[in-house]
Formats: sequence, structure tokens, C-alpha cells
Amino acid sequence: MRRTAALGRYGEDVAAAHLQAAGMVVVARNWRCDAGEVDIVATDGSTLVICEVKTRSGVHFGTPTEAITPRKLRRLRHLAFRWLEANGRHAPLVRIDVIGVVQAPTGAPVVEHLRGVG
Amino acid sequence: MALARACGAVPTGISATVVTVEVDVARGLPSVGIVGLPQASVAEAKWRVRSAVENAGLQWPASRITIGLSPADVPKSGTSLDLPIAVGILRATEQVPEASLHVDGLALFLGELGLDGSVRPVRGALAAVIAARRAGVRTVVAPVGNAADIDCVPGMSAVCITDLPQLARVLSGQDSGCRVAPVVTGTTRGSVPDFAEVRGQAHARYALEVAAAGSHHCSLVGPPGAGKTMLASRLAGILPDLDDDLALEVTSIHALAGQRPIGQGVERRPPCIAPHHSSSAVSILGTIRGSHPVPGALTLAHGGVLFLDEAPEFSRPALEGLRQPLESGTVSIMRAGQSAHLPARFQLVLAANPCPCGMAVGRGDGCRCTSVARRRYAERLSGPLLDRIDIRLAIAPPAPAEAAADPGESTSSIAARVRQARERAAHRFSGLPWSVNAQIPPALLRRQWAPDASGQSLLEQVSASMTSLRGLDRVVRLAWSVADLRGAARPGADHVAIALGLRAESP
Repeated sequence: MRRTAALGRYGEDVAAAHLQAAGMVVVARNWRCDAGEVDIVATDGSTLVICEVKTRSGVHFGTPTEAITPRKLRRLRHLAFRWLEANGRHAPLVRIDVIGVVQAPTGAPVVEHLRGVG
Repeated sequence: MALARACGAVPTGISATVVTVEVDVARGLPSVGIVGLPQASVAEAKWRVRSAVENAGLQWPASRITIGLSPADVPKSGTSLDLPIAVGILRATEQVPEASLHVDGLALFLGELGLDGSVRPVRGALAAVIAARRAGVRTVVAPVGNAADIDCVPGMSAVCITDLPQLARVLSGQDSGCRVAPVVTGTTRGSVPDFAEVRGQAHARYALEVAAAGSHHCSLVGPPGAGKTMLASRLAGILPDLDDDLALEVTSIHALAGQRPIGQGVERRPPCIAPHHSSSAVSILGTIRGSHPVPGALTLAHGGVLFLDEAPEFSRPALEGLRQPLESGTVSIMRAGQSAHLPARFQLVLAANPCPCGMAVGRGDGCRCTSVARRRYAERLSGPLLDRIDIRLAIAPPAPAEAAADPGESTSSIAARVRQARERAAHRFSGLPWSVNAQIPPALLRRQWAPDASGQSLLEQVSASMTSLRGLDRVVRLAWSVADLRGAARPGADHVAIALGLRAESP
């Protein structure tokens, strides 16, 4: 469990760096409320980006992005509004992104960034 | 990422519809969606195709996959779209090229996928190939088990495969498909019993020979045990083989209705359909289920024999429903908002007892029925229906001397005479819209296709006692068949006399 938690934390670092390199501003990380957790909250211009990060050490159990189910997407949409509400902010557009990080035992991590998935 | 197409086909009632399968592999959360009215068996294809592709050692894209089935408003069922869906995915992900040496971009793909990547034969392949030929397709990629269904359609070339890895090689031009030995087809319906088993009954045998020669409808009336069923079930055996187009049509209807094993190619022997008298009117006439027609016994008997044993016991709607198809050769089924026209050009054979107890033959001494019961029974076969029957035959049980006689003439030698008579008629009617005597239009029976002078004068003598003009027409048609069997150029008085004898024995 500790190994996967550490891998997840590492993946989120990689994802945050990827978002910043893509010109977005990371506003919050690991924001929690009673409905769940958002891995990364960022802004892309005036658009609020709710970002879910999935990290895997290999693709034997499917690609990381495959782990996003329709139910999880619904939860992320709900969390976006909970975050806006909790922070007293408004956003003209809200987007859900998914970042899959595959870290093979050796070599650089492979990042797959899916924008606006739901 | 990419969009690709592959051509497939789905069964739609008694024929098939060519379906263009479009596969869009786009960025997004990995998912597979099938649009275009997939029924349960098609919607399940996504599970089969994914397992098959992965287990065949090919790549399944971790992308948002949308599979569109066009025309999108036709409900699609069956498993034959598995293969075109797999091909679309392989093409969209550029694992195989759009077209190759052996398979052009238009080729039709047919086949069900096993989870291990094997390609299995599908039902109704013949109808799919016929529909594809009409759409301009010339190449069909199909499992080995369906090879016979493609070979029997002229102008179509088959590329046969056994599994997905072989498909990938074929589509990359590295393989030309399996060599399949041509299957000898066409006479698998060999279960029709032989006429040699019928003892005696010379008159009935001759009547059925005339019926076969001119494709005349007939009714057999006689007591239980006279041999009505025995005679009628042998009629299909003496009919000539179906011609190319009709054989394809009949075979594909039977295959789609699940009446034939998969991958048997074309059947040239005419069918004999004998529904039980408790059958519903819908099962006899056909219906529309969902948006596709479902053929009834009439359509399954197209090109062959429809034998209604114990005819008066059939339901009234079923019997009266025969009238339109007997005239037009099609059965038109209407439901609110949709209609279907199914082919139903069959030869009708009715068998009936003379009365409910079955003993009202000859003087009728053994009959225990009241006159009212006897009349009610006879009335179940309505006048308009019986008027369409050319040959009315009374069958008596064979006398003991007859029953002990030598075996009768065999089916094959009768069939040879029938074939000659049919050829004679077909030659006479070449260029005309009909080819058998039973279909000569009434107006022409009194002019171009009238009997010779001696025959005409005999007809005039009896016309006073004939109930209807239509009855008279039927005598002339029968006379033509008698003349054809005897090799006469035009029916004369003796042919007309024989025809009257086949016609007049009313129940």
C-alpha cells in the first residue's frame, strides 16, 4: 500500500509539472471535501480544470485512463461545483481532464493527457 | 486519431442489408460505443472483438472508439458484423492497410469472432453475398465454413480465413486466404420418398405427374388410409430442379429462417413444406416482427410444394389467406406503418377426408356422419379457394390385388418425363413473363393458347355444365400439361378429355 501511495504521489507531481508546462496554473492539489478528493485543480485561462491523475507502474492491468468509469466522471463533475462553492469562485467554463502516468521500472514516465473527457 | 470503414451485412427478414461499419478511434477515455440500432447480439460484439484482437496478438487501441453502423435506422442483429468491426479497428489504427493485393476497399467482411481470435461461420451468408453483389461488391472475406455460400453466387470471389492473424496477413497482402475445395451442393434435400413405394393408384400417380408438369395446384380427397399423404409427399421429388436465380432466392430464404445448416451452399431441389393443421394463420402466412418480415410456410414453400394435410382442419384465416398468394405469387403483409411483400409462388396440395368420419366414399355406406356435419366439413374449404385448384382428385384405397402388385414406376423416371414437359413449355413460353402452364393468363387461353379445333368443340359441349368460366380456363391449362407430357404441339380433344377427368372429380 505504501508503494502504491508513493507511486500515486509521484504521478501527481509529474502531472502537475506537465500541466504547468502546458501553460496552466495549478491552484490546488489534493483538495478534499466530504464528497471526495480532487487530485489537481488548475486554471487554463478562464477555464477551471479539474484534473484526475491515474498512475500505473505498467499496463498489465490496463492503461491508467481505462480506470476512469462513468461513475467516477460523475463524481468529478460534482466535485468541480463543490470546489467552486467552497472557494467562492466562479468560472465560465469547467473542464474535466484525466492524466495517465505510466512509470515503467526504468526510463522516463509516459504521460497521457486527455482534455475535456466529460 | 483515425477513421476507417469496412463493409458488412446483416439479415433483414428474408434478405440481407449491406451495412457500412465506420470506426472512429479518437482521443478520450478508453471506451467502446456502438451506434446505429445494434440489437443485443451486435452490441455484444465489442466484448468479442476486443478479446479476439488482443488474443490474436494484435493491438487494441486505448482510445475512445465509436463504431457507427450505416444505414443507422435499420435495426441490426446477428454476429456477422464482428469481422467488419475488427477490420475497421485494425484499419483505423493502421495495423492493416485500407486495401491490399487480394482485398479491395469495397470488400464485404462476414464472420463471427471467437474470443481466441478464430473466425466462425455465420447464418444467412448467402443472402449477405447476394445483397453485396447488388451493391457492387465483388470480393467477400469470410470464414472457411461459409465458402460454399460464396462460391454459388456467380461473379463473387471468396477469400477464406480461419482466424484474425490470417486476416491481418491477407489484408497486408502476405496471404491469399485458404484454398477451399469446391463443395458439391444442390441435392442435399434428398429425403423425399420415392414413388416406387406407392402400390397401385395409377390414376393418382398420373394426376400428380400432370400437376408437376404444369405446376398445377391439386386437392386429394379420400378416406383414411387411401394414401393421400403418401402420394402428396412424393410430389416434390418429381419436380424439376430450380433454376439458378430461384435456387439462390429459395436457399437464402431458408437459411435466414434457420431451416438449413450453416455453410451448405445452394440447394437446387424444390422444397416441400407441410405445416401441421394446428398451425396459426401467422405462421402460415408470415408476419412482421420489429421492422423485419418473418416468412411463413407460404414463403418457405416458394419454388416448391405447400402440402396442407387435413386441409379442412386448418383455421379459416389461414385457408382464406391462401387466396391472394395463389393468384399473385406474393403474400403482402400489412401492419400499421409498414408492409412487406414476400415471395410465395408455390404449388399447393390439399389433402382432405370426404367427411368428418372419413368413410363417405363410393356409396358412402360406412359413413356415420349426418348430412349437416358432412356439409359443414366440406364448407370449410371455401368455393373461392377450391376454384383456384386445377386438379381435384378422389383417391380410393388400393384394392388388395393392387396392393400386392409390383412396385410402381420410380420417382426418377417420372421426373425425367416431367422435365421434358417443362422444357417443352418453357421453350413455347420463352420471352413471356411465365414459364409454366398453370400461369397462362386467362385472356390468352381463348386466343393464342387455345386448344385445337377438336379440343375447342369438346370444350363447347361441356361448357354448359361447367360452373365458372375460370373452371373452363383451368381445364385448358391442364390440357396443355397433358399435351406437353405426350409431346403434342397443341392440345386436342383427347387431351381436353383427360383434363376434364382430372378436374371434374369434385369432393
